[in-house]
Amino acid sequence: MKEEIIIAGFGGQGVLSMGKILAYSGVMQGQEVTWMPSYGPEMRGGTANVTVILSRDRISSPIIHEFDTAIILNQQSLDKFEGAVKRGGLLLYDPNGITAPPARADVRVCRVAATEEAAKMGNAKIFNMIVLGAFLKVKPIVQLENVVKGLQKSLPERAHKLIPMNEQAILRGMEIVEG
Amino acid sequence: MPDLRLMKGNEAIAAAAIRCGCDAYFGYPITPQSEVMETLMDMRPWETTGMVVLQAESEIASINMVYGAASAGKRAMTSSSSPGVSLMAEGLSYLAGAELPCLVVNVSRGGPGLGTIQPSQADYFMATKGGGHGDFHLIVLAPASVQEMYDFVPLAFDLAFTYRNPAMILADGVIGQMMEKVELRPPRPRPTDEEMQKSVGSWAVTGKRNRRRNIITSVELDPAVHEKFNQKLQAKYAEIQEKEARYEELLCSDAQYLIVAYGISARIGQKAVELLRSEGVKAGLFRPITLYPFPAKSLAARARQLKGILCVELSAGQMVEDVRLSVESALPVAHFGRNGGIIHSPNEVAEAMKKLKTNCE
Amino acid sequence: MNIEEIVKPENLAYAKSKTLTDAPMHYCPGCSHGTVHKILAEAIEELGIQDKAVGIAPVGCAVMLYSYLDIDWVEAAHGRAPAVATGIKRTNPHLHVFAYQGDGDLAAIGTAEIIHACNRGENITVIFINNAIYGMTGGQMAPTTLLGMKTATTPQGRQANLNGYPFKVSELMAQLPGVSYVTRQAVHTPGAVRQAKRALKKAVEKAYAQKGTSFVEVVATCSSGWKLSPTEANRWMAENMLPFYPLGDLKDN
Repeated sequence: MKEEIIIAGFGGQGVLSMGKILAYSGVMQGQEVTWMPSYGPEMRGGTANVTVILSRDRISSPIIHEFDTAIILNQQSLDKFEGAVKRGGLLLYDPNGITAPPARADVRVCRVAATEEAAKMGNAKIFNMIVLGAFLKVKPIVQLENVVKGLQKSLPERAHKLIPMNEQAILRGMEIVEG
Repeated sequence: MPDLRLMKGNEAIAAAAIRCGCDAYFGYPITPQSEVMETLMDMRPWETTGMVVLQAESEIASINMVYGAASAGKRAMTSSSSPGVSLMAEGLSYLAGAELPCLVVNVSRGGPGLGTIQPSQADYFMATKGGGHGDFHLIVLAPASVQEMYDFVPLAFDLAFTYRNPAMILADGVIGQMMEKVELRPPRPRPTDEEMQKSVGSWAVTGKRNRRRNIITSVELDPAVHEKFNQKLQAKYAEIQEKEARYEELLCSDAQYLIVAYGISARIGQKAVELLRSEGVKAGLFRPITLYPFPAKSLAARARQLKGILCVELSAGQMVEDVRLSVESALPVAHFGRNGGIIHSPNEVAEAMKKLKTNCE
Repeated sequence: MNIEEIVKPENLAYAKSKTLTDAPMHYCPGCSHGTVHKILAEAIEELGIQDKAVGIAPVGCAVMLYSYLDIDWVEAAHGRAPAVATGIKRTNPHLHVFAYQGDGDLAAIGTAEIIHACNRGENITVIFINNAIYGMTGGQMAPTTLLGMKTATTPQGRQANLNGYPFKVSELMAQLPGVSYVTRQAVHTPGAVRQAKRALKKAVEKAYAQKGTSFVEVVATCSSGWKLSPTEANRWMAENMLPFYPLGDLKDN
């Protein structure tokens, strides 16, 4: 098993932390993982992306240019990464702010209206967890219990009270993903 | 159950320092390695292991604080990135000249000058050929994973103390910034005063109690005495070359074409080998783990079965010189590398190898 | 009377400090370094700290300082002694750590290190030898060279518009909250020597008591660099240096 994922969106959307939680879940499940952000002077507002690889075996390059899955959270990222999804791969996107939806026919395209759902649930911060839930519904590469374990390990003690809310958001994402 | 964590390379350096019994860290912030000191400050090891952590006014001060603590026999370290390591050249020369053990971590970035904050491997010459005045070498370890960032901290200290010589971990911005699974090894406590007396009492400045005074210095104005000292240093380097060369080989047993790469380039090289193998090219990877001493003998032994070598570095070609020296021009050795902060893709490395193969056939 | 009959403990008015080694000092006649070394050795002995003192030797004329005092020593790179002292003291709070630096070492190439060590209030003692010239390299201008003073690199005399102004380091250090004791001493008369030794002992004790940095400037002679005889150098120093670098405590918290 090996899954090569790019998550891309605006800085502040929780792109990096979503990747981190996914990677931590992989660690909890005994997988090899890499998490490689694009880094640079744009700390806020600019585009942010992170490559996450989960694998049973030792991972070679953490830097790759083709992906099994692209999780896309804004139009710029869609423009940039739509072509980088492997044939037969997955393109998951949030339609919010998307003016030119993905057109590829040789990949599976799924939608999750996570921005809208997060607003309905009254908490913009759980947006990325809704997206993560949607992804795990389509590709259950890590189990929910290991995501929770990952959250427990990566969050400071004082933030542990927020874990049930995040778990709920993941479950909600699993319900609302389309395609 | 192993204690598994997801960590950045820079965080792993900090965690390893605390857990392997490091006595002191002195540093100055510079991208892309500032998380080392940030993590240490956050973990407050002075309250647990008693490790000192201090933000210095410059890299020059950092390395001289390391020099001071190392003079007292302490396990002292600093970390920086390329321009900061340039500033440490003087201190490194003094450390080597005074035969002091310490650890310097260079999470390198692109140069020359202020260059870029993006990753690079253009500090190979600086790290392995001296990086300061005089005839000296650092012991240089090149991690290719976050686990190795962690594991090489205690290893570097052990080598530094065995040979009384400064050691360097030469990483790059990718290894420093990326996160991977890390197994935290069982903690090693800081040495007690008694253990210190036993291991470093013969030379460290700990206050002259019940012994002759110890003097840490690199100055010697009598040329005959100084030549003898230099010969002693060279004998030490010869012993290090003999005993401490480390490397890793992947898919080499039947290889005809070899990628030689370290650090992040080795990871990309490994992917390129996978791509080449899927196309029927008998490619393998040779990864130097110690850059000084360079694993020349092992590479030369492997080269006997090869048709060509591609040296892959994020530079204009630095390690390639050692590769050529190792195989003594017995076969074609090409260099492929990007610089300025651009990271080569596995595909372009594979393409470069195919081009070399065409030229060799 | 032979010499054995004269040298008896009850006749002894003066003895070489046990902290001084038997190595003959290499300094020029009339140089202040030897006197400062001697009172430093005496101060260490009188405080009983020979087995927990670590000195940092500078680059400059006192580069061989570690040959003369029987304690543990570290030779620092030019200007870096305060950083080296910081590294030792932070990891060994039980040691008495002092840096011995000249005016080029401390006030030119090592300005950043001394200011920041003092500003952090490192619990170390700094001994600053100010003879207003670079002795070792052959008499060039120092940051503390007086206006009008002739040196190898100011053959017409130091001019402010060309070479800048003489640097009052102690006055600057006294401004820093991390520094608890700043004093300016000299060793050109027996009285001054006794006073300087008292200041040194006080400085070492205060640093050890974690009051912060102690800074002891010694206005010194360089008869070779100044091209004067030892007695002329002492007179020249009193007449020219001391009005600009007046002696006494600048700060004592």
